[in-house]
Amino acid sequence: MNSEGRPTQPQIATPLAPQTFTGARALQIHEALIFDTGRLDFTGVDLDPPKPFTPRLGGLERKSEIGLPGLSEPETMRHYVRLSQKNYAIDMGPYPLGSCTMKHNPRLNEKMARLPGFADIHPLQPVSTVQGALALMEELADWLLKLTNMDAVALTPKAGAHGEMCGMMAIKAAISARGEAETRKVVLAPESAHGTNPATAAALGFSVRAVPAGADGLVHPEAVAAALGPDVAAIMLTNPNTCGLFERDIVEIARLVHEAGAYFYCDGANFNAIVGKVRPGDLGVDAMHINLHKTFSTPHGGGGPGAGPVVLSSRLAPFAPVPFLKREGDRLTLVEETEGTQSFGRMAAFHGQMGMFVRALAYMLSHGADGLAKASEDAVLAANYVRVCLNDLFSSPFGDRICMHEVLFDDRWLKDTGITTLDFAKAMIDEGIHPMTVYFPLVVHGAMLIEPTESESIVSLTLFIATLRDLAIRALRGETERFLGAPYYAPRKRLDETAAARKPVLRWTPPEPIED
Amino acid sequence: MRYLPLSLQERDDMLLRIGAAAIDDLYADAPRDALLKGPLDLPLRKTEPEVERRLAALAAKNVAAGAAPFFVGAGAYKHHVPATVDHLIQRSEFLTAYTPYQPEISQGTLQVLFEFQTQVANLTGMEVANASMYDGSTATAEAILMAHRVTRRRKALLSGGLHPHYAETARTLSDMAEDEIAILPPDPRASEDLIGALDSGLSCVVVQNPDFFGNLRDLTPLAEACRAKGVLLVVVVTEILSLGLVEAPGTMGADIVVGEGQSIGNGLNFGGPYLGLFATREKYLRQTPGRLCGQTVDADGRRGFVLTLSTREQHIRREKATSNICTNSGLCALAFSIHMAMLGETGLKQLALINHANAVSLAEALEKTSGVEVLNRSFFNEFTLRVKGSAAQVVEGMAERGVLAGVPVSRLLPKAGLDDLLLVASSEVNTDEDRAAFVTALTEELRA
Repeated sequence: MNSEGRPTQPQIATPLAPQTFTGARALQIHEALIFDTGRLDFTGVDLDPPKPFTPRLGGLERKSEIGLPGLSEPETMRHYVRLSQKNYAIDMGPYPLGSCTMKHNPRLNEKMARLPGFADIHPLQPVSTVQGALALMEELADWLLKLTNMDAVALTPKAGAHGEMCGMMAIKAAISARGEAETRKVVLAPESAHGTNPATAAALGFSVRAVPAGADGLVHPEAVAAALGPDVAAIMLTNPNTCGLFERDIVEIARLVHEAGAYFYCDGANFNAIVGKVRPGDLGVDAMHINLHKTFSTPHGGGGPGAGPVVLSSRLAPFAPVPFLKREGDRLTLVEETEGTQSFGRMAAFHGQMGMFVRALAYMLSHGADGLAKASEDAVLAANYVRVCLNDLFSSPFGDRICMHEVLFDDRWLKDTGITTLDFAKAMIDEGIHPMTVYFPLVVHGAMLIEPTESESIVSLTLFIATLRDLAIRALRGETERFLGAPYYAPRKRLDETAAARKPVLRWTPPEPIED
Repeated sequence: MRYLPLSLQERDDMLLRIGAAAIDDLYADAPRDALLKGPLDLPLRKTEPEVERRLAALAAKNVAAGAAPFFVGAGAYKHHVPATVDHLIQRSEFLTAYTPYQPEISQGTLQVLFEFQTQVANLTGMEVANASMYDGSTATAEAILMAHRVTRRRKALLSGGLHPHYAETARTLSDMAEDEIAILPPDPRASEDLIGALDSGLSCVVVQNPDFFGNLRDLTPLAEACRAKGVLLVVVVTEILSLGLVEAPGTMGADIVVGEGQSIGNGLNFGGPYLGLFATREKYLRQTPGRLCGQTVDADGRRGFVLTLSTREQHIRREKATSNICTNSGLCALAFSIHMAMLGETGLKQLALINHANAVSLAEALEKTSGVEVLNRSFFNEFTLRVKGSAAQVVEGMAERGVLAGVPVSRLLPKAGLDDLLLVASSEVNTDEDRAAFVTALTEELRA
């Protein structure tokens, strides 16, 4: 009964339609590039020319054509609306991208971020004229510190990976302050870590020593102890980890790391599983970044912007980057200079992703402390529900055990079907569901990492599960055609990524003129 | 809770199916004594109107740029953004999509990025551009790292005309990566001798145009000198609109052009999110940081787009990665691209011309004001004033008179002894009345 509980009955149409003259298929319209349709001598913005004046450009006037086509306002609307219709988004359906966390994006957050008092203020206007913005940053910091039980927060990092950089810079500064810059040059990272972890460590002049995970997908204290030594600066551990598991021995690992004189950097990418349930500060963490878009729902906009504030323990707090907030009675100021502090310096021009701070705080206030805990619980509940509803068909790399907010399967169950994880993912597209994260974490062969999040209703979860079961059964029955040619119904069929990389075409160029 | 769809009954049914007695059984791997027993000392949930009231109260304590004659620049600029731009970026399919990992159902985002890359390459006069970075300052730091990789040298020279925050950002990363960096002293009159400072041990020279103090300069001789010594020329543009009127860095011989794209399509947002622009020569493509979108074909031979050359990136090569970056400013790039598509070549040039005209008009008025000196011989929409006494005090005083007058140089360079210098930016949003208000407030302030 693979369709048990399926709330809607799918109808399969038999396509016998003729080719269209335009190549369009009703709402699926080919959309030209603006460079094909726009005109250099046209603008869609009304601008009155200035009164005659004497330019003062020092003879550096641009002489050549730039090559920027202009569109009228209706053309602009149509171009971008049509393009938007070729995108999948969380507002359209399930987006179970494990480790990326695609949850509901409340529009209240957008409305608040667009208040002129937040959206239309300049980072360098007088501090007396931005007291509300600084108060908002202080309030956000207070939430982050209480939710993590940490001592300081650096708001400036502009994304999760930038936050990693910030945390590791604080660690490097602390080690230098101890006079151990020359001796502690190694960072431990589990094999299952996000690629950003080793990349960050390497960028800061550390060498990376891998820590193997156990057969249960967890990092074990013995493995950490074996890798530790007087040359180790820090460990970078993700919790919950990228296999969707809570690192059971995290407190013991933290103790070992501290005993060895090293620091514990926690990759907080999966903090959304434990907000309001467990505080990283209680686990022995020294630094952790928080992806505001994942945990506190700031929309990801097709790949950013993000925001990656970093919380720091008392041992690292003095090294936090500038600028940081300082309260003097009822007045807030910004410390912009490192002089007189142990701050490691500046990470970006201004104060961070203010627009994201507003959205995150609006989300926190809407949920409250109780609602944030419930969101974590529901995310974990939904992942485990998916797990038990699929575990008779799909194979689990580390045995069938309780997971956190995401559930990890591998491709052993597809052995001998001729179907790969990628084929399965593309078939999900035809069913109207965004594929899960595939081939990550790298330690698992043919990984499929599913993160339903707390946003899915029981109706949606049930349909999602039924669809994956239907697909799995068809795969196991040998209906390979459904998979190998998928997607059949997307705006594009499989795209040739090898060709794109071999001879990169990264910009439009004018067509060659035809010779007479 | 309006954001959480599961009812209590549904939660119980799900727990039953899982075989757990209580929700905390799902947290069995967490240390027992670390599991919180109840809500933290933080507010409980608020209704939508309550949240609106709370945040509106905070917003009301700030003076918005649109609410006063506004002349603040120094790396972030107040420009008008057409309503169409903000409407389009709020479409669900753009706003609530993730990184286009599944290109078949992400062609909207991908085509926009391809168009964006073309716009940025054309604007900067370079061969290729990436699909955006965090902001101009971090893009500058990444450009230096890229120059190190390309030249296999590890020393950078930064002009004293570079935005001080950009220089600090680059220095932090350089210090941490144990690379060498030299930053020349502040250069309000653009008189430093960069060519004389060149040596063959440098990976790159970083120079801003228009510079932090607003000066424009011809970089062609510097580019030639750099080429002779195998040094890359990194050109930073913090006011990207200037390229509607000023010669492109690529035409002047730049090897890498980085910029802050906030001016086109994006608001001030108190410093972020902004939009880092990054363009370079095609031969350095595989050393370029950040995301790249490439054109290809699908199984039916139709044109399509994918993220490409990801073998440079952290998720494949890990500690050998080109950078640790794993995202871009996708939505800000979309806003930039839409605004740029509406402006087109004609509109961009016109908008840039209006900015320059307004700045010239203000400078001319100030040159007639006693106690004030305009330092720049040439500029785009921002210039430096020398005032009597402390520029910081002048700005505070003018704010009390209802005019947001600019940025005192001492705010970014407190130890440089430039306390009497004031950066003033003027854009298309400033009216004749705004400029008159500026001159009046400044005159009164200097007299006070």
